[in-house]
Amino acid sequence: MSMAILIGLLLCGGLLAWLAERIDVDLPRWVTLATIIIALLYLVSIVAALPREQFELVPDPRDGASWLLHLKLQWLPRFGIAFELAMDGLSLLLVVLTLLLGLVAVSSSWSEINFKPGLFQANLLWTLAGVCGVFLAVDLFLFFLFWEVMLIPMYLLIAIWGHEKKDYAAMKFFIFTQASGLLMLLAIVVLAWQGLASSGQLSFSYFDLLGLDLDPRLGWWAMLGFFLAFTVKLPAFPFHTWLPDAHTQAPTAGSVLLAGILLKTGAYGLLRFCIPLFPEASAQFAPIAMALGAAGVIYGAILAFAQTDFKRLVAYSSVSHMGFVLLGLYAWNSLALQGAVMQMVAHGVSTAALFMLAGALQQRLHTRDMGRMGGLWQQVPRMGACALFFAVASLGLPGLGNFVAEFLVLLGLFAVQPWLTAVAALGLITAAVYALWMMQQAFQGKPDDALQMDDFNRREMLAMSGMIIALVWLGLYPQPVLDLAQPVLDSLQLLVAESVPAAGAGAMGGGG
Amino acid sequence: MTAMDFQALAPLLVLSAGATLLMLQIAFVRNVSLTAGLATLVLVIAALSCHQAIPSGAQLVTPLLKADPFGLMFCGLFCLAAAATAILSHDYINHHGDQPEEFFLLLVLSTLGACVLAYAVHVASLLLGLELMSVALYALIAYPNKSILPLEAATKYLVLSGAASATALFGFALLYAATGTMEFNELGLRLAGSASGEALLLVAAAMIFAGLAFKLSVVPFHMWTPDVYDGAPAPVTGFLASVGKAAVLVVLLRLFLEADLFRYRILVEVTGLLAIFSMLAGNLLALLQTNIKRMLAYSSIAHIGYLLIVFMVCINADNRSLAVEAACFYLIAYTATTIAAFGLLTLVSASAVERENVQLRELSGLFWRQPLLAGLLLVALLSLAGIPLTAGFIGKFYLVSAAVSGHHWVLLFSLALGSAIGIYYYLRVVYYMTRRPREHLQAHAITRTWRGSILSGALIASILLLGIVPGTIMQYLRSILE
Repeated sequence: MSMAILIGLLLCGGLLAWLAERIDVDLPRWVTLATIIIALLYLVSIVAALPREQFELVPDPRDGASWLLHLKLQWLPRFGIAFELAMDGLSLLLVVLTLLLGLVAVSSSWSEINFKPGLFQANLLWTLAGVCGVFLAVDLFLFFLFWEVMLIPMYLLIAIWGHEKKDYAAMKFFIFTQASGLLMLLAIVVLAWQGLASSGQLSFSYFDLLGLDLDPRLGWWAMLGFFLAFTVKLPAFPFHTWLPDAHTQAPTAGSVLLAGILLKTGAYGLLRFCIPLFPEASAQFAPIAMALGAAGVIYGAILAFAQTDFKRLVAYSSVSHMGFVLLGLYAWNSLALQGAVMQMVAHGVSTAALFMLAGALQQRLHTRDMGRMGGLWQQVPRMGACALFFAVASLGLPGLGNFVAEFLVLLGLFAVQPWLTAVAALGLITAAVYALWMMQQAFQGKPDDALQMDDFNRREMLAMSGMIIALVWLGLYPQPVLDLAQPVLDSLQLLVAESVPAAGAGAMGGGG
Repeated sequence: MTAMDFQALAPLLVLSAGATLLMLQIAFVRNVSLTAGLATLVLVIAALSCHQAIPSGAQLVTPLLKADPFGLMFCGLFCLAAAATAILSHDYINHHGDQPEEFFLLLVLSTLGACVLAYAVHVASLLLGLELMSVALYALIAYPNKSILPLEAATKYLVLSGAASATALFGFALLYAATGTMEFNELGLRLAGSASGEALLLVAAAMIFAGLAFKLSVVPFHMWTPDVYDGAPAPVTGFLASVGKAAVLVVLLRLFLEADLFRYRILVEVTGLLAIFSMLAGNLLALLQTNIKRMLAYSSIAHIGYLLIVFMVCINADNRSLAVEAACFYLIAYTATTIAAFGLLTLVSASAVERENVQLRELSGLFWRQPLLAGLLLVALLSLAGIPLTAGFIGKFYLVSAAVSGHHWVLLFSLALGSAIGIYYYLRVVYYMTRRPREHLQAHAITRTWRGSILSGALIASILLLGIVPGTIMQYLRSILE
């Protein structure tokens, strides 16, 4: 029940924030802040109450009772659909990330939003609720529902509070994700009907649909439906074109949420649903998926270098970084999977910070064009220092979270696809080029002495330092995060190895 | 006629008596509020009597009508939709017509026609119901006499719909010549006995199909739809688009089921082909519209296309019950959604006499001006687009499930493609509604009445309830369709 309460808390908080606007214009953001903090505390209290050793047990993916938390309520018995939520280490990690980045998002929108702040904060909280639902739902119908519903508040955030080309960006974002989502719906229904044919019981539960004996051709097409929906969201090359537009036009908090957590739902979907549900089709498909990942790494980096718009640059860098996630997932061995999970967390933090910076710059300078910046370090040393930190984090400086993640992915990938690893490793070089280029353009060079702008204030520094500490911690001592996710990754690997014995542990791609 | 028969026919009797009562009332006192209230009351009582009659099971009342839960459920739906239309029309027709009272009389008559269609198991009752519904609609469309557009729309509809009815009638005559019966059930038996390739039967089938397809505005018989939808007064368009279409679809489904026409693969495959055309053409043409009524007209063509999928699914007798259930749910969802969408257009145009406020830009910023009305349109559009938590999504899910169970991949891909295109034009309206005050010219003021507010709230609630907790309705449909 606690997971439903968590989601309900965020939904009600949103409603409250909306209503609070009538009392005072400043109230909604406080309500939002309080809601997220209460949700976090609530989550911590639930998790703390669980027995320690349960976190180390390898859960059985087919049995919800062995997960950390499990809730199943009847919903639509006609179709065997239940309101079924479950939490394991992986979902816990991502829900915590979601709520923490929610705090960053509130902080970054603190003084930016003047128009209908109540509705803005409400949409922000509803997006968080939708994302938490995606990470927790284990009934495929329910998962799809959250997957689609989280788009609506996000669409409104971009369409109402976005920048100059918001209509185009919001529409593109919605159509890309919705159209690919429809294909996933088809795939889900096909899968459920296959389950009906083989077990005589119609069910949409993840636990019942795992390990189905699928007709290979049907399995292949259904896998593609899932893959497409998730890689559009990830986004992987060549389905990434919505991302730069959406990121650039979204309000700062929208970009933070989009880059920090919405992209991770795609990676999560691949890891949780696409590969375990269709192990054989995925094994066959792995080389293509990895090639797309490597292409994304290089292509995103090259395009990032070509941008003059600060936010667009960061957006393309996301395409590049999420390519590593795709590589890690389809390499499907312990190291690469750990790397992919680390990358989800580390990229969430570092990109959220860069978008917050971009938003702060835009609010002060009314431009995102790096050609019109330059020498800003002199006016705003604190901003410059933060920007430098997150730029080097993004380029993969050893000692910070992103390095650990990318290094693990490459290490794992090398066992499977050495040549592809070499190509993807080029991404580390190109990342250095665009990240430093960004620093030079915006913060170094000849300063404009006439320019008057405020440096980061205490609130912004608080958010920034939180994220700096997180990245340093992830870089120096990533073990707690890895420990949390490891049992889940082990269990998924076991499951896949059962269905694809040829591929064996550690080289799903090798079998393809 | 036994007491049971009377109970089974109660909805039709209530509607007929109600129409007479309304006529008498108008003859003595002219008072819009009284007439509108009375009409709403009659329609609600008729809906309740449907609910009352459902448990008594299926029975044939004369060879013309069959009272079974399937038909009665739709009767109730039509009466409720008509009641909502009556409430919506009250303020609208007051501004638009000189003598608004007879409007409600026509509405009740048209509903009676639709209900007869839901009961029909005989060609004669089919034609009677169809004509009663259509003739009342001609007058309803032409009712506002202060502008020219409704008249144009009514004339177009009169000519084309008359031609379609005549075509269908001729087709039925040929069918009678070939088989010697007009009862659906008997028709099926006799057809089984005769050679299927007979030229007379083929011509008859083509003519009947064309006539009914016209009423459903299936591509390529859809040309009239945008013009008539645009010209007709908004509440009537809502009624025409929901009840007018659903009634014809119900009788078509009944004809196919009772006479077991699913045996004729070619006939069903043509239906499937037209479904694909309708989905794609409807959605593509809707993209080009800036007039919301025309956009909804094309979108309704697409939705009928989605619905026709169930005919293909019915080919396999094993999947038939799921297909019929899907059609029922989809029609319920579609009726509620359509009434809501056109209801909003009615509410924002109540006092606009010359031309209704149906251009996209006229809804600019509606979110900030009239949140409740904007919420109504938002929910209706999301439901039409098939976004989760709305009735439309569950409807679409039903259709997808039915099509997957029959392995109709081409239809499924058309459905997905059509829905993907649809998102663009539905969302465009949402985008216009959320434009900020400085981005649009200050448009006309909209006055909101308590009636409109209550109805908006009820429609929003029903669409969301159908989308979030459809379990009860699903169970109900299962229990009555067995």
